Amino acid sequence: MKFAYYPGCSLETSGKEYDLSTRAVSKHLGIELTEVPDWSCCGATAGHSTSHLLALALPARNLALAEKTGLDVTAPCAACYQRLALACHELNHNPQLREKVNEITERPFHGKIKVISILEVISSVGLEQIRAQVVKPLKGLKIAAYYGCLLVRPRAIQIDDTENPQIIEQIMQAAGAEPVDWPHKTECCGASLAVSNEEVAIPMVSRILKAAALSGANCLVCACPLCHFNLDMRQLKVNRLQGTNYHLPVFYFTQLLGVAMGLNPQDLSLHTHFVDTGQVLKLVG
Amino acid sequence: MEIIRLNESEDRDFIERVSRESGQAVENCYQCGKCTAGCPVAFAYDLMPHQVMRMVQMGLKEEVLRCQSIWLCASCVTCTVRCPRNIDVAMVMDTLRIMARRKGMVPPGRGRNVALFNNNFLGSIQKYGRLFEFATMAMFNLKTGQPFREASTGLTMLRRGKLKLSVTKPRGLEEINRIFEKVRQAEKEV
Repeated sequence: MKFAYYPGCSLETSGKEYDLSTRAVSKHLGIELTEVPDWSCCGATAGHSTSHLLALALPARNLALAEKTGLDVTAPCAACYQRLALACHELNHNPQLREKVNEITERPFHGKIKVISILEVISSVGLEQIRAQVVKPLKGLKIAAYYGCLLVRPRAIQIDDTENPQIIEQIMQAAGAEPVDWPHKTECCGASLAVSNEEVAIPMVSRILKAAALSGANCLVCACPLCHFNLDMRQLKVNRLQGTNYHLPVFYFTQLLGVAMGLNPQDLSLHTHFVDTGQVLKLVG
Repeated sequence: MEIIRLNESEDRDFIERVSRESGQAVENCYQCGKCTAGCPVAFAYDLMPHQVMRMVQMGLKEEVLRCQSIWLCASCVTCTVRCPRNIDVAMVMDTLRIMARRKGMVPPGRGRNVALFNNNFLGSIQKYGRLFEFATMAMFNLKTGQPFREASTGLTMLRRGKLKLSVTKPRGLEEINRIFEKVRQAEKEV
């Protein structure tokens, strides 16, 4: 399996665990990733909040670059996935708009490739195949699978059910972990407000942590660098401000999959989290 | 709560313009309140999403474009996927933000920092082609008069290799700049 790989800005910095673990796990599963040459930012929330046209043109440049590789493109970052997938959808459904956007980017996108999230790419390997690669089953890990918003909304690009998705649970189950039932898996964590209005984002993070803790989970598993940073870094702040004592490591699903497949912990960057991961990982042995 | 006088509606074309720009049949909203019920940021809003929709219908342009809610919307799209009238409420919120910005309105209260953050974010993309996290955060801190905000977080990230003091620029920088310019041009012509 070969895909064009669009890492996105945060995977080079605050979300580096996601980049490292995605590359390591993909390689192990025989998925060949070719980084989109000369990729630029997708515009994220700032883009679509500011201009509808800009919110199409910025991803369209990257779609055109990916298309040149002749491969479908995968983006691990949920925000990048949503922006690229939505642009692809809109440009494919509106030829006039596509012409206008192509004129702006000066790099024609012809709509010949698809945008696929890394969750779909990895699950397309097949749960049996994943299970066959597991050397260290994640026994004892009770995981709260957290999807956030961007992978399951809006409908045109959702990778799974918008209220009760299962794709992370299935992959984690194949790796030997035990998913819990909990109500906040697609509730927004407020990451887009976290810098500008932290006092608004903190209660949003707190609600999610509370629901996860009440469900008996001992860690959260996500697939978005913005959710990760918001739930991991701000967890300590929630504890300080609200007198709680949550200790829920937030893993990328690729990190835990890597652990289960016996990959080198350095390649999975398990030591760079704000909430220490050691205690929970000891459960796996 | 403020009283809205329905017979003193200010701008009867407003609903039509919002519908056109958002591509949404705003008139279809029948005020069931599902958007508000599911909105995770509603606790911080001055106007609830269903009120925003109703006020658009009433042509209360100034009131809607002046509210904080259009800036605090986290773009989580829950309202949209749950709307029984198939209105993309999140897209309407986006459109209102864009309209307010175009009119040069200063976002009120908590909206101010959202707009500032968005501007810094896009400024970074135009300058570097990618988001330069460190510079964008530093600039945001300076502009909001809190230079040491998150300094210890930044240090921890730096130590763990999660913060870079430079950014990998794509070669197509001029190209990206041209995209920004051409979008600006195209939007002027509308």
